[in-house]
Amino acid sequence: MAKVVVVTSGKGGVGKTTSTAALGAALAQSGERVVVVDFDVGLRNLDLIMGAERRVVFDLINVIQGDAKLTQALIRDKRLENLMLLPASQTRDKDALTGEGVARVIAELRESFDWVLCDSPAGIERGALLAMHHADIAVVVTNPEVSSVRDSDRIIGMLDSTTERAERGERIEKHLLLTRYDPARAQRGDMLSVEDVLEILSIPLLGIIPESQEVLRASNVGSPVTLNAPVSAPARAYSDAVRRLRGEIVEMTIPSDKIGLVARLFGRRVA
Amino acid sequence: MAFVIGPEAPLPLWLSALDAQMQRSPGFFEARPVIVDFAALNPNDPGTDTLIAALESRGLSVIDVENAGDLPSADPWRRRLVGGRDTGVAKLPAEAVAAPKPADEPSSPPSLILDDPIRSGQSVLFLKGDVVANGFVSSGAEILASGSIHIYGALRGRAIAGALGDAHARIFCQKFEAELVSIDGYYSTADDFDPALRGRAVQIRLLNDAISITPLG
Repeated sequence: MAKVVVVTSGKGGVGKTTSTAALGAALAQSGERVVVVDFDVGLRNLDLIMGAERRVVFDLINVIQGDAKLTQALIRDKRLENLMLLPASQTRDKDALTGEGVARVIAELRESFDWVLCDSPAGIERGALLAMHHADIAVVVTNPEVSSVRDSDRIIGMLDSTTERAERGERIEKHLLLTRYDPARAQRGDMLSVEDVLEILSIPLLGIIPESQEVLRASNVGSPVTLNAPVSAPARAYSDAVRRLRGEIVEMTIPSDKIGLVARLFGRRVA
Repeated sequence: MAFVIGPEAPLPLWLSALDAQMQRSPGFFEARPVIVDFAALNPNDPGTDTLIAALESRGLSVIDVENAGDLPSADPWRRRLVGGRDTGVAKLPAEAVAAPKPADEPSSPPSLILDDPIRSGQSVLFLKGDVVANGFVSSGAEILASGSIHIYGALRGRAIAGALGDAHARIFCQKFEAELVSIDGYYSTADDFDPALRGRAVQIRLLNDAISITPLG
């Protein structure tokens, strides 16, 4: 049974696209059939992060409008054959997305993949609502600062009220992915701590991704960080997150690049 | 069954006798249709033209008039009932009849219970009574209630109690980190709060037209 995951945040620039690519690649590395779908019509970036920007012919909007078949628009990753990308259109806007068209595409993707990862645009408008509408699981990407936390809170409210699952009276599974986390700055009080964020958002923690130069470096070469630098701290954090997403119990740590510095442990779990 | 009542002059005296009877037996006249018989009255008797209004102001439901002659104030009620049958003279109860409880009043005042947290951007509006929130109320979320607001979690957003005008409404919360609280139109924002109350369980009420926040327990 395929799982549809939306990677969302409300706020822009917190790491949705980076996280979609890193989680998608790590899932594919573990043998799952994965497709990453870019819902950011008009501001597409997932193709760049995946290093597929020079192979885009057809896109999500072409498929929705019936100008291309889904198989024509899907781009196979060069490094992992079980990882595919469905790019967004850069020349259109979010109004080109129709509820019916998105429903049809997601239903079709469910048949061919184990995981469908939807990279949501920022904001709380049409694009973001359609990206989350069919999701079974939501990964809420949050930075440890107040504006990102409040925007995530808003998105969690919408996940619980506007999605297909919510309309059926069911629960959507929600996970917090805390990105750009700097333990030293959090300890100094320059940043919200993990506990602060969990207390406000009150959803289970999927992973803590440490702030790292490796993430920017991977983006610039067009490769998910989990493929580009698999032993780096952020790559290990994303891999742990993927194991938790697949149902494994993995101790919560913040991986570090510094030798000898053992990551801090978090025994806490929030319902 | 409708009553035929026959008012007699002088009307002020008759009406005060009716008042006394209604006070003794409030249940007897409750929602009872009445027919007013003007036979014993002369159109020139003082109070005749305002008689029906006076009866209706006492809660009697006038459905017809009899022997009203050409009294203009009786026109709207004239000949509305046909085919009535006489059932004899009703006996007013000597013993007081208790007024039945109004049927539309529920056994307990309505309240709204919220089991899910109220997230940023969500607004809960309840104008029929109290709101009880089992979870937290996020920054950027709000609860508006005509009655009191009880929050068994952290209040980080806004709570507006007594929203239709009720100075006795109160706000209770387990953890006070509010952005704004308001009762009966009076409000106070986070800047005005005593920092010592932050994070504590508090009660908020209106005292001398000012928001008063005190620790609970």
